[in-house]
Amino acid sequence: MSDKPVARPLPKFDEADTAEFWAGTKEKEFRYQQCDNCQKIIFYPRRTCTGCTNSQLIWKVSNGLGKIYTFSIVRLSYHPFFKQQLPYVVAWIDIDEGPRILSNVVGCDAEDVKIGTEVKLEWEIHENLNIPLFEPI
Amino acid sequence: MQGFNIAEYFGIKPNVLDMTNVGGSSFEIHAAHAKRDIAAGKAKVALLTYGSTAHSNARAIGAGGRDGGMHPADNMDRFSGMTLIANYAMVAQRHMHEFGTTSEQLAEISVATRFHAMRNPEAVKAMEDLDFINIRETTIEDVVDSRMIADPLHLLECCMISDGGGAVVIASPEVARDCKKPPVWILGSGEATKYPENGGDICTSAAVQSAPTAFKEAGISPSEIDIAMIYDSFSITVLTLLEDLGFCKKGEGGAWVEGGRLRFDRPNDGPALNTDGGGLSSNHPGMRGIFLLIEAARQLRGESTSQVENAKLAVAHGNGGMLGSRHVAGTIILGRD
Ligand SMILES: [Zn+2]
Repeated sequence: MSDKPVARPLPKFDEADTAEFWAGTKEKEFRYQQCDNCQKIIFYPRRTCTGCTNSQLIWKVSNGLGKIYTFSIVRLSYHPFFKQQLPYVVAWIDIDEGPRILSNVVGCDAEDVKIGTEVKLEWEIHENLNIPLFEPI
Repeated sequence: MQGFNIAEYFGIKPNVLDMTNVGGSSFEIHAAHAKRDIAAGKAKVALLTYGSTAHSNARAIGAGGRDGGMHPADNMDRFSGMTLIANYAMVAQRHMHEFGTTSEQLAEISVATRFHAMRNPEAVKAMEDLDFINIRETTIEDVVDSRMIADPLHLLECCMISDGGGAVVIASPEVARDCKKPPVWILGSGEATKYPENGGDICTSAAVQSAPTAFKEAGISPSEIDIAMIYDSFSITVLTLLEDLGFCKKGEGGAWVEGGRLRFDRPNDGPALNTDGGGLSSNHPGMRGIFLLIEAARQLRGESTSQVENAKLAVAHGNGGMLGSRHVAGTIILGRD
């Protein structure tokens, strides 16, 4: 019907717990939290520690390096944006400092992606935020 | 229709309402709560119902958009384009990486459920209605040669999307003794949830928490189970749950299912799997948990189309949500007199 390109679904800024993370992406910073009491790494962002219920969580910035924990090559999608991207790679990425994030592996042939592959942050630029994607090193 | 709609439709005035909705495992949770509430004297008879027109509505369950709601996790996951199938596929990918599990081993699950489906006229009718091609028993080659949907899961490792419905009546022992059908007893139940954790193990599901609770209450061990009704949204769901329910050790599921072990006509090799044909080959209207209870009851009454001789004990395990991230497990152990 319409040839208008469909955009990637984006996070919402009015979600209270994760707003700080998304604000950081505008500065190309991957922010995560660490508990000031028990030192547990908290990700996704929250208001209390999942280890000790402490609410003093310190924001930190990752160096953006990590490894692929697991992945899949998506070959079927009915989503108006993602069906244009097929095949694409979704993956759980283990960031070196501890956070595990669901994202896409880009900048390589999907068939070459492997568990354990070392990756680095690759920001996809948007108007009010940037999307953290990952590329093999 | 929700529970209160059903009450109005039939003119029932229930004393207990439970509209717990945790996806595919909702009905195992409802059964557990019904048993609890009947034991507490709050109810005598519970009616569990389900109906869905997922197929007729052309709902894209497995590969549709997952834009999600507005809680923090949704706000982190939305951009990734993870489909439901890809979520489960990521468990399979990691299981293969850690334990050397193969596509051929996963295919055993699809082959066994199709074998059972071909003996069930209702399952065959469902496959005909959904325009399945080649409605027949399948081989491991058929499964691994079918189209890749989300690596490493092939088409024949994914459940169908059908319409469907079912109902279960759970009654107090006094009521059950007077019923036309022989009673099937709920011997134990367990519920649990699992969610992604930094550094967590994606190959282990919430069943490692729900199953021991259920088996302990029932006072039996997994090796005594004759019938395993396990939510087969995908082949990897069953493999993971066979391990987590305690039929074999973590990582050994691949070797354990080899050689047609899950078929109903192999009673000395452990439980028969999804003897109605499962979600892979009989029906999957979106939340399949009620059919796990129904077929388990049929087996314990000797009414299955793939009847295991003298079946005494069954487990029905529902998995609602997504195996590779957040999900809810419901385990029900059933027995007969
Ligand atoms: Zn803490």
